[in-house]
Amino acid sequence: MNVGRWKLVFVILASVLAGGTACADGSGDPAVASSDNGKYADKNGNPTYKISADGTVDWYTFSGFRRYHSDCHVCHGPNGEGSSYAPALANSLKTLSYVDFNDVVTNGRKNVDAANDKVMPSFASNVNVMCYLDDIYVYLRARANDAIPGGRPPKHEDKPEAAKEAETSCTGIK
Amino acid sequence: MNRFLVLTTSVFGLLAVQGFGARADDALEQLAKDPKQWVMQQGDDANTRFSKLSQINAANVKKLQVAWTFSTGVLRGHEGGPLVVGDTMYVHTPFPNTVYALDLNNDGKIIWKYEPRQDPNVIPIMCCDTVNRGVAYADGKIFLHQADTTLVALDAKTGAKVWSVMDGEAGKGQSGTDAPFVYKDKVLVGVSGGEFGVRGWVSAYNIKDGKLVWRGFSEGPDSDTLIDPVKTTSLGKPVGPDSSTSTWQGDQWKIGGGATWGWYSYDPQLNLVYYGSGNPSTWNPVQRPGDNRWSMSIWARDLDTGAVKWIYQMTPHDEWDFDGVNEMILTDQTIGGTPRKLLTHFDRNGFGYTLDRATGELLVAEKFDPVVNWATKVDMDKSSKTYGRPLVVDAYSTQHNGEDSNSKGICPAALGTKDEQPAAYSPDTQLFYVPTNHVCMDYEPYKVAYTAGQAYVGAAVAMYPPKGDTNMGNFIAWDGKTGKIVWSNKEQFSAWGGALATAGGVVFYGTLEGYLKAVDAKTGKELYKFKTPSGIIGNVMTYEHGGKQYVAVLSGVGGWAGIGLAAGLLQPENAAAWHGAVDQGKLPPKEKTVDTAGLGAVGGYAGLAAYTSLGGTLTVFALPSE
Repeated sequence: MNVGRWKLVFVILASVLAGGTACADGSGDPAVASSDNGKYADKNGNPTYKISADGTVDWYTFSGFRRYHSDCHVCHGPNGEGSSYAPALANSLKTLSYVDFNDVVTNGRKNVDAANDKVMPSFASNVNVMCYLDDIYVYLRARANDAIPGGRPPKHEDKPEAAKEAETSCTGIK
Repeated sequence: MNRFLVLTTSVFGLLAVQGFGARADDALEQLAKDPKQWVMQQGDDANTRFSKLSQINAANVKKLQVAWTFSTGVLRGHEGGPLVVGDTMYVHTPFPNTVYALDLNNDGKIIWKYEPRQDPNVIPIMCCDTVNRGVAYADGKIFLHQADTTLVALDAKTGAKVWSVMDGEAGKGQSGTDAPFVYKDKVLVGVSGGEFGVRGWVSAYNIKDGKLVWRGFSEGPDSDTLIDPVKTTSLGKPVGPDSSTSTWQGDQWKIGGGATWGWYSYDPQLNLVYYGSGNPSTWNPVQRPGDNRWSMSIWARDLDTGAVKWIYQMTPHDEWDFDGVNEMILTDQTIGGTPRKLLTHFDRNGFGYTLDRATGELLVAEKFDPVVNWATKVDMDKSSKTYGRPLVVDAYSTQHNGEDSNSKGICPAALGTKDEQPAAYSPDTQLFYVPTNHVCMDYEPYKVAYTAGQAYVGAAVAMYPPKGDTNMGNFIAWDGKTGKIVWSNKEQFSAWGGALATAGGVVFYGTLEGYLKAVDAKTGKELYKFKTPSGIIGNVMTYEHGGKQYVAVLSGVGGWAGIGLAAGLLQPENAAAWHGAVDQGKLPPKEKTVDTAGLGAVGGYAGLAAYTSLGGTLTVFALPSE
């Protein structure tokens, strides 16, 4: 199976090259390496987005778009582009890792001095955010990598049963 | 010099009178009648933002120059404006809510500075920037409503704290952004937090010692709202028992919203205070069945007791975040040959309302931007079952379209045809001058859970200019008697600065790019503009000192305008990008053009960030000395 081996090498090379240039962010290469019931992960196991050629986005990217534009955009601006008082997360996620992202959202962050009064609250007790951490992360990850433009994704994959079950058990809302 | 001495003496005289226990309101009323001073945020109790000064007029305003400037030292959005009492100007800032007293006799030298210590954890519960809409003056004191809801009274001469009281709990999402309002011996404050499930209220404190006199909630049992089932009327009829709680499911009213952060007004003859209540919580209408009273309402409360004389709900069961908090402007005009005591209100929902302020009778309700589409009209037929209610269009009803459904093309957007930026009224022209937003939205509600102190929103919103338009704001003149636009000037961005009308026939307002503009009150013709250091969301004021008329405004971009516009409302480009870059030309042509057809030049939507940056500065204008 020499041919197959060469193919594999080529794929690895291609993804390394891609990952080393435009397609890398705070968590590394965002390319899809595995999927589980419509939820996608990169080679390191971090959640990632999947955008089809016809513009269809995976459910979690779409869900993240909605959650972001409910609970985050009032400070961080539309499409993750920032505001006059909170950073543009589409930029931040170019360097912020998945783990750091979760840490900041969960525990908050303060940057208060003479010139700054930036305070990110802790969302640890907010199920509207905590139950959708991965959704928001993959949406912003897609924005950070210019995989999707701003605005509402016009088409998305169906909501997976797993997402429905996780939502109900996490939020307690039926 | 003589003039100055006389003015100083008269002011000190009044202060002395107050000091001996005379009714502070009388002194304040007298001060407010002196056009040389600007002793309340809105210029007068009626909220007209009109000055009798006429040294600067339509003929000479083109010669206006910057007289002096002052940096506030704070970067965030600067709403409200300075006061001038005697020879002192009082300037406030957003969080940390610094207050400066500046000596007008000494080139604005700082007489005192007050900076409260507040827990910065209040910052993230302020939904739309850490704005503050200014201080109030009365009884020799400056009143400041801090972000953490503390109401503090400072000695106007020294800045020393006289008393302070905590009005709410920041830990529950309650914050202070509105100016305090002093009427007679009381100082009133409202609360912000409609996006945090806060049940809104108004508190009235005694100006002498900060003792709570009454508090009236926006929702709840009659004992909380201070509504009387028999004596309180709505559209001419008694409201009946439990008029609030009966319009909510279960105890949802406890987290029902109805924040109260707008510009209040007061009629001393009727002894009534007027203000509006904001959106019900959450933004997902499906989750809170019923009319959700008394969110989205115009309130008339007795100043002394808080008892509600009349109330009118403009947007029952809100589905769009059309907060009803905007200012109530009180005028006396003649309609159909009859002199009437009127209240005019430009609501977020895009309708300009004129009511009889003694009775609450609805006289006029017309759209003040032609693109408003969520309702065809307000039913004015007194015999109709839906009298006084907006007739909602199903296509734009987020309740009708339901949870997880994206309702498109709703005009106006959630920030309203007009937000808090106050309008002005000139008795000379009998016209209202209204800074407006010209923005539409998509709105998708979905289920959310409530956690105290956490955002409770429940809708995804995307905002963009109306189809075919490149301007996102208008500055209009409005006839409140007939409900008609008299003239309208386009603004590239939302007009988010409060207006000032003067006896000089000039109307002033600020723009998000940072221009202070002067226009002819009769025609709207632009007479003067000057670009201040940052975008203007503050309100223009005027005063006279040393025989010279000055016009002043705070610049410092931010507020909701700062989040909505700083990054650009890029819907047309976004749509084009989605249909171009992502689909790589694979969509059928019809679908491809669906969102972009009829939209204006792409360049017209460039973000505000290309025009201005942060920074609080006071800019004071005057005519050059001859």
